[in-house]
Amino acid sequence: MKIDAANMHYRDLNRLLREAVSRSARRLELQNVFGQRYIGTNLAGTTRIDIYGTPGNDLGAFMDGPTIVVHGNAQDGCGNTMNEGKIVVEGRAGDITGLAARGGKLFIRDDVGYRAGIHMKQYDGKRPLLVIGGTAQDFLGEYMAGGIIVLLGLTLRPGERHKTNLVGTGMHGGAIYVRGPLDERQLGEGVQLGEPEGKERLLLARLVGEFARHFDYDAQQIMAGDFLKLTPVSLRPYGDLYTD
Amino acid sequence: MMAKKTREAPRLRESAALAVSPNGRRATTRAPSLLTPRFSIIRDRERCIGCQVCVRQCSFDAQAYDAAEDEVYGIDANCVGCQRCVAFCPTDALTVTERPDRYRQNFNWRSDVIDDIKRQAETGGMLLTGMGNDKAQPIYWDHLLLNASQVTNPSIDPLREPMELRAYLGQKPERVRLEGDRPQPETPFPPQVLIETPILFSAMSYGAVSLNVQESLARAAAEVGTLFNTGEGGLHRKLRGYAGSTIVQVASGRFGVDSEYLNLGRIVEIKIGQGAKPGIGGHLPGHKVSADVSATRMIPTGTDALSPAPHHDIYSIEDLAQLIYALKEATNYSKPVAVKIAAVHNSAAIASGIVRAGADIIAIDGLRGATGAAPKVIRDNVGIPIELALAAVDTRLRQEGIRNRVSIIAAGGIRGSGDVVKAIALGADAVYIGTAALVALGCTVCQQCPTGRCAWGICTTDPFLSKRVNPEIGAQRLINLLRGWSLEIKEMLGGMGINALESLRGNRHHLRAVGLNEAEMAALGVRVAGT
Repeated sequence: MKIDAANMHYRDLNRLLREAVSRSARRLELQNVFGQRYIGTNLAGTTRIDIYGTPGNDLGAFMDGPTIVVHGNAQDGCGNTMNEGKIVVEGRAGDITGLAARGGKLFIRDDVGYRAGIHMKQYDGKRPLLVIGGTAQDFLGEYMAGGIIVLLGLTLRPGERHKTNLVGTGMHGGAIYVRGPLDERQLGEGVQLGEPEGKERLLLARLVGEFARHFDYDAQQIMAGDFLKLTPVSLRPYGDLYTD
Repeated sequence: MMAKKTREAPRLRESAALAVSPNGRRATTRAPSLLTPRFSIIRDRERCIGCQVCVRQCSFDAQAYDAAEDEVYGIDANCVGCQRCVAFCPTDALTVTERPDRYRQNFNWRSDVIDDIKRQAETGGMLLTGMGNDKAQPIYWDHLLLNASQVTNPSIDPLREPMELRAYLGQKPERVRLEGDRPQPETPFPPQVLIETPILFSAMSYGAVSLNVQESLARAAAEVGTLFNTGEGGLHRKLRGYAGSTIVQVASGRFGVDSEYLNLGRIVEIKIGQGAKPGIGGHLPGHKVSADVSATRMIPTGTDALSPAPHHDIYSIEDLAQLIYALKEATNYSKPVAVKIAAVHNSAAIASGIVRAGADIIAIDGLRGATGAAPKVIRDNVGIPIELALAAVDTRLRQEGIRNRVSIIAAGGIRGSGDVVKAIALGADAVYIGTAALVALGCTVCQQCPTGRCAWGICTTDPFLSKRVNPEIGAQRLINLLRGWSLEIKEMLGGMGINALESLRGNRHHLRAVGLNEAEMAALGVRVAGT
């Protein structure tokens, strides 16, 4: 089913989406999307939604199942508090991509803005996965309590370092894997450097494989690069600040 | 007698160090504490039957039993003054009292000031405390007096006449056009939530308080026809049956927030700030994140549950509007969205922005609002009293002609039905109570909440201590409290000649001030008594 979103208010657009998803539509195509917010918010089910144009903030917020493919760029808050499902962005995404996500997958082909993956968490079988093809601005993975972020550095020029500083500030769970140059000075406090091993490399290979399939990259070539693993030093980074 | 003295001396020294860090985290490497005990445990040996109830009840190791001597004794240095042992002593043998003249009397260097400095010198941390501000800032409720009818207008007898305490929370339409026999609003009517009495239970998360406390609140709210607030810790599976009496909160940590949670509640509340700790976030320490708390918050066990100070998707009123509408989209515009802020200097302008951002309800939490844990310096120094903030917000929204677009809930230090009525007259639609509800469950405001060892079983996730609150009895106590307050409110309304709470809202003519200066009266919008 195709929906022409030109001149449509997000409220009307999302009502159409809710109706279509409640009828278990398998595939929706949104044409001429022009900054409408909240597309896919709170939708459950397995519908695939293709977006042509530029969706607005909070794409897929609280989403619980569907797959969204953006044939273009996404704005801020993409995947905000997402529970399940998948968002694929054939371009870049803005600030706080994946904010507080608890589950689901986000694949961003190019770069992301500030504070991507902030406060991602995990619980039980749920673990959010955020794969960024390019680089990120500061505070990547801030306050991260779980989940996996992969930063591939494919948009960096030869010799260029990743943009993000203060990576993982306040991190107390999960892991960030970084391919491409990242200086130790770019790490936030309480983050330790390591290298992915065994099972972690298998997980990375699986994620990179999925990323490569979405964006026509050569997975093996990406995996041939060196990866760093960033994990928190403590589950309780601020435990010693207080006196009872 | 001599033998007893030599035995007690070394015990006191060793316990003094324990008192500093009750969880024992750092006590082993520290020099003995220089703090002196704040409380005396006085035992009437004539009455004491050695039953050891006090030993079993004390969760701070301040009561002990010496098997060799077959004697129960107190350890003053560990005592927090919560009165649990006193309440449970079957022979009334115990008195726990604050020691007078602990240091040389001084209006500047009070004993609490000296204690705080010593404690920080020993630990190097921020002082953490619980409950609300206990300092002597003015309590404006006590300077406001209510009116009553005499001769020229009749008072109403609430025992004979119907009195309405109902409130509808939510945005009210600009105009209502009535057509024919069936009144139809001209604009679509925004979602409203009916409460039978203008008193709601304030946000107290599972993790901060025990599940039994939340269940007590939930049951009481359901029975009375009001609402309890989950706080930011999610809604436990066991309480999902009380969804119809629930306000679900969304805070910066987004704990337990998913589609099901948002759609369960009657109201979704965005927590921006809290009166006890305006401007800062919250850390639920990892040792309180049990398997059950972890399941409700949907986070790993044992890790700190960190709520950042700001919502990182809200840096402006425009961003707030974005989250408000994200939540409205997520709940299909079926329920009001509330925004809770701490009362601060510019509350009125902030509230105006919140209304324009699309909120249906604003909750304002004043200086004396309580918490499970906050840095003491923040609790005692940041924010403004609810009375002044409430008056300022109501006035401002009226001036701007947007008061109808939002319901106001006042919070932070509501101690009785008199405070409730005064809050309504100052402009509130309803009030939140937190501390008062916990006091109904046994709390004595001893401020040990952050230790997680609450002897009353309230602010703890310890399964042994949590059992001390029985949800059935707890709910009944809360129902009793709300019934008592509601009856009193009806008496006060009737005395003023008013038969519906709505007629009192923002009606400051029914308030007069005593002992306030001109500026304070102007801020509150009330006249001095006698004029």
